[in-house]
Amino acid sequence: MNETAPEKHVKESTVTMDAGEMRCDASSAPSPDPSCVIRAPIGLLAELTHRCPLQCPYCSNPLELEKVNTELTTEEWQKVMRQAAQLGILQVHLSGGEPTARRDLEEIITTASEAGLYTNLITAAVLLKRDRLEKLKECGLDHVQISIQDIDTAAENADRIGGYKGGSAKKKEVAGWVRELGMPLTINAPIHRHNIHNVEAIIDYAVSLGAGRVEVAHVQYYAWALKNRASLMPTREAFMEAARIVERKREELKGIIVIDAVVPDYYAKFPKPCMGGWGKGIINITPSGRVLPCHAAESITQLEFDNVKDRPLADIWLNGDAFNKYRGTSWMKEPCRTCPRREVDYGGCRCQAFALTGDAANTDPACSLSPMHEEWAKVADVESHLASPAFIYRRPGGASPKPAPAKTPEPSDA
Amino acid sequence: MNETAPRQRTVISAESKPAMPRYIKMRHDAGRDRWIILAPERLFDPDPIAVEVLKLCDGARTVGEIAEHLAKEYNAPREDIEADIVTMLQDLADKGVVKA
Repeated sequence: MNETAPEKHVKESTVTMDAGEMRCDASSAPSPDPSCVIRAPIGLLAELTHRCPLQCPYCSNPLELEKVNTELTTEEWQKVMRQAAQLGILQVHLSGGEPTARRDLEEIITTASEAGLYTNLITAAVLLKRDRLEKLKECGLDHVQISIQDIDTAAENADRIGGYKGGSAKKKEVAGWVRELGMPLTINAPIHRHNIHNVEAIIDYAVSLGAGRVEVAHVQYYAWALKNRASLMPTREAFMEAARIVERKREELKGIIVIDAVVPDYYAKFPKPCMGGWGKGIINITPSGRVLPCHAAESITQLEFDNVKDRPLADIWLNGDAFNKYRGTSWMKEPCRTCPRREVDYGGCRCQAFALTGDAANTDPACSLSPMHEEWAKVADVESHLASPAFIYRRPGGASPKPAPAKTPEPSDA
Repeated sequence: MNETAPRQRTVISAESKPAMPRYIKMRHDAGRDRWIILAPERLFDPDPIAVEVLKLCDGARTVGEIAEHLAKEYNAPREDIEADIVTMLQDLADKGVVKA
């Protein structure tokens, strides 16, 4: 992404989390063979709960949402935060579901902050009150990321996408509080067929909200988004136009807002380096304490995951089966094994490889060297030109809807 | 904080008084034995020169004063140091790491 001149005094790496992808370009301390060297992770995505008032059809949570009675306790999350810091993790992304649905968020943030972690709150914002936000700041919260579905003047569309009436106006109010309290703000805008025409306005809206960063986060087609792919996939033309806009706005708004863009791999040249390499820099923990190399990893049904309730985090990171399974490059088959890009993109996304080929060790069909690539790429082109089916909203049990009562959104035939 | 006026790019010059906002945290990472800068969903890896400069960015000293200080300390031409610092701080200002 950002070019780094060799003579620069400050190198940048990214530990960002958005709608469907986490990037971790750990540019420092290059190791010649990552399969021989396990480095300490730098980022922890803590999904505190799968409860959420919104029902976004592209949610990156699994289709089977974890129930409230399986969630880790306050003490268990606090222990996770301390273990994470000891392990070398630098940033924690407090996410969900909606993390503010946890009444003990204050205690978790306090512990994370005391342990030395940089704390990011990734929130839909609609449950927040001003005094609670102020309290979270006092507890040591460093940064707030608010997701939006569209611009404020398209509130009706935004609320339809999120499945939450009044959400757009509420998010705007909370964004204002974040800035009033002097906290840095990121706006995360998942982009798809129903708002891609507004990419420029969304960036300008983020500027007007006082955000220091905006994520133009093209939806990543896993989990709920895969279920809704036919509704969400933009056309290639719309995507290319959005990409041009992002480039132009980056120049125009240099020094005013940082624009990060996540590309949908259906329209990318190369597969993306999933998680910056499996088991390389990021840990994801689900509400019930399952420790995953990526938030979608549970879709690979042959993998077994450890739980922080049973094993220390460091042990899981170093020795856990799920982490070692696709760490480094030694697990690769051809064409990945001998590919010059094997340590650049790691053969793409393991979850996508599994979902489409039945073997997670195969090349991600997003790669042009995959035998399935053409067939896969065609899907986006075909679906994006057909009428958009109704959303399958993200809600418990929503992924396999029974014949629906008249008022709920109609399931597509997917 | 007061977003009524249009937001403008911070331009770093010799007269600027740079500082890192509170929410940007530069600290020593003991486990990796290196300095790091923690920022919203970003991690920066400063070299020893950058660490030295950023420690002097307290919002009171100007870039010119910082350059002068380092020129004495390292017995190096002030102009070269100043140009180097301006470039570095401008880059960091554009990324929201430094305000002035």
